[in-house]
Amino acid sequence: MLERPFETVGMLQADLRDRGYIASDGLSVSLFLALAKHRPLFLEGEAGVGKTEIAKMLARLLKRDLIRLQCYEGLDIAQAAYEWNYAQQLVEIQSRRDVASRAENLFTEKFLIERPLLKALRNHPNGPPILLIDEIDRADEAFEAYLLEMLSDWQITIPELGVIAASEPPIVIITSNRTREIHDALKRRCFYHWVDYPDRELEMAILAEKAPEAGVDLQKQIVEFVQILRQQNLFKSPGVAETIDWAQALVELNCVALDPQMIDSTMGVLLKYQDDISRIQGSEAARILAEVQASIISSEMSRQ
Amino acid sequence: MNDGAVPDLPSGAFLPKLDQNIMLFVRLLRRIGLPVGPASMVGAVDAVMTVGVANKSIFYHGLASCLIKRPEDRKLFDQAFHLFWQNPKFMERVRDLLLPQIKVPGLDTDDAEEMLRRLSDVLADRSPPQAGDETKIEIDASATASDRAVLQSKDFEMMSGDELRAAMASMASLTPRLPQRRARRWRPSQNRGQVAIRTALQSASRQFGMVLPHFRTRQTKPRPLVILCDISGSMEQYSRVMLHFIHALTQHHPAVTSFLFGTQLTNITRQMRHRDGDEAVQLVSKLVADWSGGTLIGSNLALFNRQWSRRVLAQGATVMLITDGLDCTPDGDVSALEMLDFEMERLHKSAYNLMWLNPLLRFDGFAPKSRSIQTMLPHVDDFVPMHSLQSISDIVDGLQMVGKRRSHKLSLWQQLARDAALTTRPDNGYAQIKRT
Repeated sequence: MLERPFETVGMLQADLRDRGYIASDGLSVSLFLALAKHRPLFLEGEAGVGKTEIAKMLARLLKRDLIRLQCYEGLDIAQAAYEWNYAQQLVEIQSRRDVASRAENLFTEKFLIERPLLKALRNHPNGPPILLIDEIDRADEAFEAYLLEMLSDWQITIPELGVIAASEPPIVIITSNRTREIHDALKRRCFYHWVDYPDRELEMAILAEKAPEAGVDLQKQIVEFVQILRQQNLFKSPGVAETIDWAQALVELNCVALDPQMIDSTMGVLLKYQDDISRIQGSEAARILAEVQASIISSEMSRQ
Repeated sequence: MNDGAVPDLPSGAFLPKLDQNIMLFVRLLRRIGLPVGPASMVGAVDAVMTVGVANKSIFYHGLASCLIKRPEDRKLFDQAFHLFWQNPKFMERVRDLLLPQIKVPGLDTDDAEEMLRRLSDVLADRSPPQAGDETKIEIDASATASDRAVLQSKDFEMMSGDELRAAMASMASLTPRLPQRRARRWRPSQNRGQVAIRTALQSASRQFGMVLPHFRTRQTKPRPLVILCDISGSMEQYSRVMLHFIHALTQHHPAVTSFLFGTQLTNITRQMRHRDGDEAVQLVSKLVADWSGGTLIGSNLALFNRQWSRRVLAQGATVMLITDGLDCTPDGDVSALEMLDFEMERLHKSAYNLMWLNPLLRFDGFAPKSRSIQTMLPHVDDFVPMHSLQSISDIVDGLQMVGKRRSHKLSLWQQLARDAALTTRPDNGYAQIKRT
């Protein structure tokens, strides 16, 4: 059994924070369990809530290699796991003089091309790598079934060669945007965590980390505005990535406090659907802004 | 790690009790409908041992990461967690309720009663055949054949209980084929398509270096089918039959997603996956609270478009909308009609094909006079009746060709709807004079 990289959940959370990733309690616990129990972590959530980012951050934190498999429709074994180098095999066949032995020893490691899944099972000098299987909902169901063997036994069966098993299992993080449901058999093998939009405190902490130039007052306004916006029944609510983008955009525009005109002209950073933009822009944005100012004043009053 | 056994626990009086309590908690979760298997339960105990029980939030998330598999279960889990782990009295009550179970697991009393009822139904129907009288058997056989013919074209609304049951049973024998679409993957092909260099080389290395031509074409796969079925009061007679129809489709294809809507929208896909049709319908009727109420088609579609369309319409799905199109908004409520118009248009644009199944079409003199029907008609690709077994089997037969040809009848209906709209629209002077 490997040693645990972290002693407690709190230590993991603190280390992530040092690297600039602020994780909620739920995410830290799931991640801690996945690391301690050597089981995959399945992250589901809306776009732009930091699912992919956590894998990158973990790789940096543990100083491991990051192997990324971006899923797409039609992804098959040849692109995900391994492939035989047929061209090289052909050259080999033709270079052999003796006809009888031409077809011998053609399916050996020499002719094997490793793709991300197989690569993740190999030994790495920095310890077991981090395998990020990104947006698995974009791959077909057949690919999920293929993953089952790999994720429960940490091995891949190559018919011509045999079973390739990992001596140390990789750390696997699977993300999904939920454009379709993933089969329960796959989810069962993983620790599951739904990555939600952050609450006010968490989002403030994230902004303080990612857009410190904005200043506390503007950050407060931005966070309050986005939080209210998320309750508005939009087609696509803004994620954390959008909040950070917006804060940085406002800093670029030398904005020190939100005003209706500024909000209208930068709305495209926050909302990505025309229906949503036309609903919020103008009077609705002004109403939300008034609400934001009122709630900030009341929270300051209560603190005094 | 997953060797299937609970890891060695430190011997203490508290910890063994904890895993008993987790087991009780898991049973409670199953009772309220969360799909938690034994492996997840063992995993949860293990997880709690790993993260410790000192911090409540960490304890909560430790359990959650193993026991929740779908985001929609989070709320139920939350409530169960707070009830169970914060109130010792409740824990005891659950223990009393769940531990001394002698019943068949998974069945509660209602189910058991329903099973008994069905069992007795079966026993009553299957009277042993009378031996001897051969002529009688002959007459019976011919009667059955003509019965079947009558049943084929009979309106579901006019059917007796027995006939309805026979109709529902015959749904199971439907063999629907979903429309196909080209997928991104390749499959080997005999003599047409692209040259498959890789396969050719692969077989060459097995054939002593002889390279023979190989071909490949794109695979096809069934388009997902999404069914939106109205269960409001005006559809009452049809909704049960429709559930059996949806069940038959779901059994044949995993890519069928189904929703019921009345006053609210309910996803019934998981219930419909149940092998037994009657039990599946039973599960649904427990799940859905708004049978035979009113309906607001527009707001239901809005909800579907916002919450589900991106998840279930992503891969070129066909949509089947089963409704009579009679909205319960008061006539002349323009904003509701505008909403219906907008949401229908959006649904139409995000689906590959939108098919409207309407029981009202059974009437020969049906005319699209209702404002809501006039609003919806321009946004569909097909408009077909669904009142009898015959019309259902026509739909099933035509399913494979969906999207391949344009419906002639539809353009007639749309023309009729436009004409009707002209004569009934309030801003038309003639109509106003007539009303006053």
